[in-house]
Amino acid sequence: MYSVKEPDGGTPQRTSEPVVTLEIDGVRVVVPAGTSVMRAAAGIDVRIPKLCATDTLEAFGSCRLCLVEIEGRKGYPASCTTVAEAGMKVRTQSDKLAKLRRGTMELYISDHPLDCLTCPANGNCELQEMAGVVGLREVRYGYDGSNHLRVAKDESNPYFTFDPSKCIVCSRCVRACEETQGTFALTLLGRGFESTISPGNADFLSSECVSCGACVQACPTATLMEKSVVDKGQPDHSVVTTCAYCGVGCSFRAEMKGSEVVRMVPNKDGGANHGHSCVKGRFAWGYATHPDRVKKPMIRQTIREPWREVSWEEAIGYAASEFRRIQAKYGRDSIGGITSSRCSNEETYLVQKLVRAAFGNNNVDTCARVCHSPTGYGLKTTLGESAGTQNFDSVREADVIVVIGANPTEAHPVFASQMKKRLREGAKLIVVDPRRIDLVRMPHVEASYHLQLLPGTNVAVINALAHVVVTEGLHDEDFVRRRCDPSEYEKWKAFICEERNSPEATERVTGVSAADVRGAARLYAKGGNGAIYYGLGVTEHSQGSTMVIGIANLAMVTGNLGRPGVGVNPLRGQNNVQGSCDMGSFPHEFPGYRHVSDPIVRASFEQDWGVRLEAEPGLRIPNMFDAALDGSFKGLYVQGEDIAQSDPDTKHVMAALEAMECIVVQDIFANETAKFAHVFLPGSSFLEKDGTFTNAERRVSRVRKVMPALAGLSDWEVTVALSNALGYPMHYDHPSQIMDEIARLTPTFRGVSYEKIDRLGSIQWPCNDKAPDGTPVMHEEEFVRGKGRFVVTQYVPTDERTTRKYPLLLTTGRILTQYNVGAQTRRTANVAWHHEDVLEIHPHDAEQRGIRDGEWVGVASRAGETTLRADITERVQPGVVYTTFHHPESGANVVTTENADWATSCPEYKVTAVQVSRAVEPSTWQKRFEEQQRAQADLLPGHARS
Amino acid sequence: MDAHKLVKMVNEITAFFESDPDRNVVMEGVAGHLKRFWDPRMRREIVQYVDEQGGEGLTETALLAIRTHRAKLLPQVTPD
Repeated sequence: MYSVKEPDGGTPQRTSEPVVTLEIDGVRVVVPAGTSVMRAAAGIDVRIPKLCATDTLEAFGSCRLCLVEIEGRKGYPASCTTVAEAGMKVRTQSDKLAKLRRGTMELYISDHPLDCLTCPANGNCELQEMAGVVGLREVRYGYDGSNHLRVAKDESNPYFTFDPSKCIVCSRCVRACEETQGTFALTLLGRGFESTISPGNADFLSSECVSCGACVQACPTATLMEKSVVDKGQPDHSVVTTCAYCGVGCSFRAEMKGSEVVRMVPNKDGGANHGHSCVKGRFAWGYATHPDRVKKPMIRQTIREPWREVSWEEAIGYAASEFRRIQAKYGRDSIGGITSSRCSNEETYLVQKLVRAAFGNNNVDTCARVCHSPTGYGLKTTLGESAGTQNFDSVREADVIVVIGANPTEAHPVFASQMKKRLREGAKLIVVDPRRIDLVRMPHVEASYHLQLLPGTNVAVINALAHVVVTEGLHDEDFVRRRCDPSEYEKWKAFICEERNSPEATERVTGVSAADVRGAARLYAKGGNGAIYYGLGVTEHSQGSTMVIGIANLAMVTGNLGRPGVGVNPLRGQNNVQGSCDMGSFPHEFPGYRHVSDPIVRASFEQDWGVRLEAEPGLRIPNMFDAALDGSFKGLYVQGEDIAQSDPDTKHVMAALEAMECIVVQDIFANETAKFAHVFLPGSSFLEKDGTFTNAERRVSRVRKVMPALAGLSDWEVTVALSNALGYPMHYDHPSQIMDEIARLTPTFRGVSYEKIDRLGSIQWPCNDKAPDGTPVMHEEEFVRGKGRFVVTQYVPTDERTTRKYPLLLTTGRILTQYNVGAQTRRTANVAWHHEDVLEIHPHDAEQRGIRDGEWVGVASRAGETTLRADITERVQPGVVYTTFHHPESGANVVTTENADWATSCPEYKVTAVQVSRAVEPSTWQKRFEEQQRAQADLLPGHARS
Repeated sequence: MDAHKLVKMVNEITAFFESDPDRNVVMEGVAGHLKRFWDPRMRREIVQYVDEQGGEGLTETALLAIRTHRAKLLPQVTPD
């Protein structure tokens, strides 16, 4: 339930074009066809009593409280399941109805503990409220009969309790688990009076429940209740803000008491999530006040010295003087900065501005370098804009959904729920993934095709799919003729029709049967609206950009672009990957993806910023490391990013960081990179600052400050202070002024302002004179670049090959309960589900090596070696192993190599040749890591040690 | 910077553009990519590597692209 009450229409809103007119309590009401009588009544502020109905779920009709009288009809139908009809005359209140409702409530209350004063739902309980609404004054049955009042409470879940004694068996939780989340973990056991809600005859923690919170939100009593509310009591106000985890960008209400968060509740009005959430956004926000937070600035001259806590002025002054000293000694281009997808648009904009205007070079990059930079390159090249083409709601109109190298149920769970809903409605699914992800087969979802390719062969598969489409005449000739460049198309067509791209020719390389490729291609091309969703399994390859281009080629040739239900949709890993890229975080681009060499664009920034700007591109992150090792790059400002843990080939990264003379880390925790830092500037969490995030569907949403910055300054204020200390003055009173500057200088953001976001809820860019309220679906009339451009995508095998020494291919990914490098989620109760990274290995490969489930195994590659516990599973195919990278001590990136995408230098995390063998002790790297961990902890002030 | 790494990068860039049947388009594609995305010091070093060491390890097409567009690849000099 929402504690800060929101209107609840009782049943979902209908939006159909035909309307019907009826009369409720003598008032004429016009509603879309299909609307329930309950919802129609709510529209004129007539609140019919209800318990089992809520407007996030389809009507169920079980509680018998919402009965009404309808003229000309017998009996007392439930208003939630009765559809409004033209001419209908409805009466919502009469003596008979009142008597029936009171009788029903009597039965409910006769089996309910009367502990309202000590109940955590006190003041926010629908049962309590309805007892008052129906005028319940006595319970004639007494409380001595059979009841459920002594059923034990299940407190196994770290975030909520399940108290069956308070349950009224309305099934809202079961339906939320099915309809909203699509997990089907809850069920109704027994019949009649014996009916109970059950997470599958297990406790919640060990059940299939994914802790999305939908059941807790749906519960009308205290049966399912957040432990934070049990501990702190009901909140008294709420602030709408945006989740800081994945690229779905869910809107939440931070429900507060003073400046303390009591709970985060998904916002029903959220354009991306429509009132749904996952375990991270809903529950894992406690890291914001974790004791590990560093709250005071610190400096040191060398990384072997203890940190010294200093004032903001001293820390900023020291950082600025060091940067200027380094530039004086090694040249203007010897320093740079890294922005973070975890920070706001305004913050990343300021960091790139500081680098370009105050440092005087273009050595700025962002963590998208290591995830979705190929998306920017590939989509800009083919379609003309570095962004996904659709809004999330578009999936509701998809007929064939293709998921390539993405695992939405783990990494983008709220969008996955929308996708699963559409699949349950009958849309077909094609999964392209080396691993058997959950979507391949789960309750009520089964992929028509799982193209289980070998890691590193994406381009061969996408070419084979396109080959089938073109050679079998399944392409959309009309779309191609109208929308695409004809000469580029002919060139591509000649290439793609070559026999080497046929499924039969690629089968040997990809491991995917030709028949399956042909079947999948036919389904995508001719199955109706075809929508492609992809993730880092596409981009993090030596041919990442080629694969993105291949996806765009396939969408263009089948005409699956430019309308709802289709499109090319990158699922962004972090909350503000899209935004950090939009804001000019790449070394070759100003905000809005405009090249630094463009004199007109550069002049507009020079005029606004009052400084001359560099026309040459700067260093990318991996180039910065290489330049550090050759002595030409010596200083780095890193905001909200942990490059020491997240970037590949850890040993190389650490050597580069050690070679620098001044690293300034701005973060909420003393992260792995901070071990190499000379200045630590305490950061602020998303709860402590104002700003905006832009999600994977280009939706710009507000982040609102709900508590004071623990260290005294929001991140944007720190960047301003650093710039001022460097002698390049910046002045903003509020992040809204930064957004005004972004809008002034960026054509795709021209119409964006805080005032408009507040008014509309959120805005999908482009937002300008042509599209004043934003653009949910791009490329509708024509592509941003004009004609769509087909580009030849020749398959080039990665250099990373298996050998007798390294016979297995390691690929990496994420898990639902942890987020990225784990800095946030490791500091929450989410560790109950995933406290260590493990190595998934196929039973066949395990048996060959004498490895048993749960044993320690060494994982060795050409780059390094680490040790993990084995998880023997058929989720991976023989010859392929898999792990996650959420825990630094796991050292997943000690093993990954320096191979990278040819166009963007995005690391090839997804393909590493390894050998796996039994191990009895941690790897040498892990032993050294432990030593470093202890040594660095000793260098922190006492209260900042973790 | 490590010349071998730069060589590997240029070869991979060349492999992408090389599929175009028009040789000039390939050359311009490779050089244009380096110009648009590579920091000047990296361009300077790969040109220097070609000038001084003959560009060992570069594919024939990659070498030709750098030699053909040498002037374009060398960075404009901007004062500190």
